[in-house]
Amino acid sequence: MIARIVVVPKPVVNDPQGVTVRQGLALLGFGEVTEVRVGKYIEVRLDATSERAARERVDAMCSRLLANHVIEDYHFELEHESKGAMR
Amino acid sequence: MKLEDRNVDERRLREVALTADEYRVIVESLKRPPNDLELGMLGVLWSEHCSYKTSKALLRRLPSSGAAVLQGPGENAGAVSLGNGWAVVFKIESHNHPSAIEPYQGAATGVGGILRDVIAMGARPIALLDSLRFGPLPESRRHFDGVVAGIGGYGNCIGVPTVGGEVYFEDCYAQNPLVNAMCVGLVRANDLMRARAEGTGNKLLLVGADTGRDGIHGAAFASLELDEDSSQRRPAVQVGNPFLEKCLLEACMDLSLTDAVVAIQDLGAAGLTSSVAECAGRVPGAGAKIDVSRVPRRERGMTPYDVMLSESQERMLVVVRRGREADIERIFETWDLTSAVIGEVTNDGHLTVVDHKEQVARVPIQLLTEGAPLRRLVGLPPEPAPALDIDALPPPADIGAALLRMLASPNLCSRGPIIRRYDHMVGDATVIPPGGDAAMLRVKGTKIGIAMTTSCNARYCHLDANLGAQLAVAEAARNIIATGAQPLAITDCLNMANPDRPEVYWQLEETVSGMAQACRSLDLPIVSGNVSLYNESAGGAAIYPTPVIGMVGQIDDYDRRLQAGFKHEGDFVLLIGSSHNDLGGSEYLKVEHDMVAGRPPELDLARERAVGKLILTAARAGLIKTAHDCSDGGMLVALAECCLLGGIGMRGPALNPEPPLRIDAAFFGESPSRFIVSAPSRATPELQSLARRHHVEIALLGLTGGDALELEGQLKLTVQEMREAWEGGLGGPA
Amino acid sequence: MKFGVVVFPGTWSDRDCGWVVDQVLGAHLQYLWHKDADLKGCDCIILPGGFAYGDYLRTGAIARFAPVMESIGEFADRGGLVWGICNGFQILCESGLLPGALIRNASLEYRCEWTNLVVERADLAFTSQCDEREVLRVPISHGEGSYFADPATLSRLEQNGQVVFRYCDVEGRVRPNSNPNGSLHNIAGIVNSRGNVLGMMPHPERCAEAELGGTDGLKLFRSVMHSAAQVLTA
Repeated sequence: MIARIVVVPKPVVNDPQGVTVRQGLALLGFGEVTEVRVGKYIEVRLDATSERAARERVDAMCSRLLANHVIEDYHFELEHESKGAMR
Repeated sequence: MKLEDRNVDERRLREVALTADEYRVIVESLKRPPNDLELGMLGVLWSEHCSYKTSKALLRRLPSSGAAVLQGPGENAGAVSLGNGWAVVFKIESHNHPSAIEPYQGAATGVGGILRDVIAMGARPIALLDSLRFGPLPESRRHFDGVVAGIGGYGNCIGVPTVGGEVYFEDCYAQNPLVNAMCVGLVRANDLMRARAEGTGNKLLLVGADTGRDGIHGAAFASLELDEDSSQRRPAVQVGNPFLEKCLLEACMDLSLTDAVVAIQDLGAAGLTSSVAECAGRVPGAGAKIDVSRVPRRERGMTPYDVMLSESQERMLVVVRRGREADIERIFETWDLTSAVIGEVTNDGHLTVVDHKEQVARVPIQLLTEGAPLRRLVGLPPEPAPALDIDALPPPADIGAALLRMLASPNLCSRGPIIRRYDHMVGDATVIPPGGDAAMLRVKGTKIGIAMTTSCNARYCHLDANLGAQLAVAEAARNIIATGAQPLAITDCLNMANPDRPEVYWQLEETVSGMAQACRSLDLPIVSGNVSLYNESAGGAAIYPTPVIGMVGQIDDYDRRLQAGFKHEGDFVLLIGSSHNDLGGSEYLKVEHDMVAGRPPELDLARERAVGKLILTAARAGLIKTAHDCSDGGMLVALAECCLLGGIGMRGPALNPEPPLRIDAAFFGESPSRFIVSAPSRATPELQSLARRHHVEIALLGLTGGDALELEGQLKLTVQEMREAWEGGLGGPA
Repeated sequence: MKFGVVVFPGTWSDRDCGWVVDQVLGAHLQYLWHKDADLKGCDCIILPGGFAYGDYLRTGAIARFAPVMESIGEFADRGGLVWGICNGFQILCESGLLPGALIRNASLEYRCEWTNLVVERADLAFTSQCDEREVLRVPISHGEGSYFADPATLSRLEQNGQVVFRYCDVEGRVRPNSNPNGSLHNIAGIVNSRGNVLGMMPHPERCAEAELGGTDGLKLFRSVMHSAAQVLTA
């Protein structure tokens, strides 16, 4: 199973990277951009018996290590992969 | 016999950067055609980057010995004794080509590489310096920002302070930025290591990062001109892991606590092939046998070729006494580092590579390390530099306005926006922070201070390669002396364009002779160095010859150290040394008249010695409180810097130079062998008589105090006004 | 008086803190390896600066799971003195021993420079040798030192007087342009409600000797030296 995890700064947290990227986009003519948030994308491959079990484990990974609940939110998708697809 | 008969086509030779002649030498020497792996190994080791085949003969002209020298060129870094049982280890190296392609990672891995050179000597790195050259801003901002961020990213993370260096902006570097990184380390002289693979049967341990397909043929790549294909070679640039290197550093420091280690060697350009060959090559008759199957890998399906030529970062080769492998592996385990015994030292003079049981390569060590035929190139003087008709230059209309423009020039303005992005304090040893003439670090537990700097005004070298190289050496020495320290020794990085062009080769020859002359005269050995050639682009843009001089010096009691910034109000400000109409190649000529022309300032090495001796004698006697080298930008810029760095103004009478000295040259000319010093009033008569005894000119400029730099009726600028110009010169955050 | 200085892989201020404790302060020094849960009878534990585990993922995110951290948590619960400096502060926040988090500097750049700090609590073990409202000159060196907490946490910190140091100008005025990293309320250092766990971004171990540019940092080390015994018996 592959978990595709996205970690983003919480809306209340100032995101200077996001602000700078937005300014950069505006300079390039993308004036329609109203907000940018820069986060992290994490891919985790895991063995799991069911999607539900995997969901529980990945949730635990996120809350314990991969995201800091003080400043970050996370969400993820799970995807089954065929045997031997790794690498 | 034709090439195709040997199953090698021109394309393959180009890939390994060998000429048909070189290939012939290989076949003759092996008495058989090399197999593909052997060809790849010879190709990387015979690249200019590893073999110095173009510059080697010239480099022998450089003086490298001296009473204090513990290790000269030929090792991972040079070493000089500081007394008290301490040795300072240092080296500078270029990472120009990788930084041109990927500025952040190129600069970061440059820092990583030079750190490993010092670590391999058994020394703890205590400081980093970076000598940088870019095209003008804002066009070159991508290079500039990326390189500065990369240096900080690596140095800050690993916890070695970045305390100095230099940045210049010039058109000729727009396509070919220069990134030269210097590392200074400290070790007990008795613990100094040499990377010699001694003792048949001793084990070769590879430690650090797993080996991936990074930068294969990177060394060959560094020896080619940049062209449109360069961006296609992007995988040749590696990604640094400063965290891993920090663990490697600490583990290597722990190695010196055992007696199980024979040698440590960095894996840099040409990876395993070069580090094993160099290590064995330093011991007559020694060889090595490597089993590539035992090399820990990051990727699947790697061939012996990939493993032997990989330039993966953060790896070290350790030669361990037979039977003691477990002791050493335990140290690396403590730091969670992977290590593996990959082979052993032999006495057959060959590098033998096996994959499990099968032999895949066998080449004589001497053929790898010394076999590359030296290239005998011909030098021809280039077109003479444009002459300067000094009489045609109008005098400055407004000296104050000219000074503000000079202070705001990117080549002279404050480096504060760069310095504050580098941790320059970690280690609790920085007793002179960056931003002045030279930085100084203390040797903890003693009163010894080590001063360090890099220096090169490449515009002078462009106008006259020989004189420019002499001036670079002299200025570095002046930077060291301005801190009250005695210059000790040099590491150099010769950055040049394509030497296959006769005028570039001529520049290289002249540069080396100029350096040699200045080093002999100032009694400064060159103990380590690096050459970077082919710094030019297909479009024809060649860099100026840029021989960067890295220098260290020593003061026995750092409580007597000097800094540039004025210290107290009411001190006398004096100009030491004599001024001439030296406007050729000056920053003033560029900023105010948009010209790069004329001859560089004349340098009298005997006078340089006398002035240096005077400053050091006066400093030891406590006659001067501050000292500042007077060079780029001339006397008035130096004076302004003393005010800016000290936060104190200066007042003096108008300066009316005696003919033939012109007023613009008096203020902005770049005559060498000059210092601005400040001295307490009671010490000034003694200082003046000391100067007379040394046959050195000394002139009173004024008194420190107030909040402005004022020459009565001629110039008045507040320190604040000057600060605004000076601090804004790099156009906002770097 | 025994100081324990924790060493994670990637820590670099350990040797500087050790130098000040041992050579400048003359106190007893014990390095504590991250894999070792034994605190070896130390009276004050320093979590020094650096890039523990490379600061990969987030600063301090991986370090908090080191065996030594569990012992430090228990030690803090018993009232032991824990002092996080720079990366140590980040680790204390990640491990929940202090509230809030440290995020990327507002400038997006690493900053190594001298700052002025106004001391708002002089009654702590860490600051007993300072005066209230005293201005200390202490350098910072970080890329992620911007203090963040949600509004409720922030107001609780302020109400309880848990803000120990704030970035200020030379006169001690807390101004936006004296804030080097965008920290909320110019916060440079905070303490837990019990007063025994301090986190601060600036580096006092870099200014304990005149030749390094100042000695204000030594006051904090001296404070700990004088106060430790009292806190432990309280």
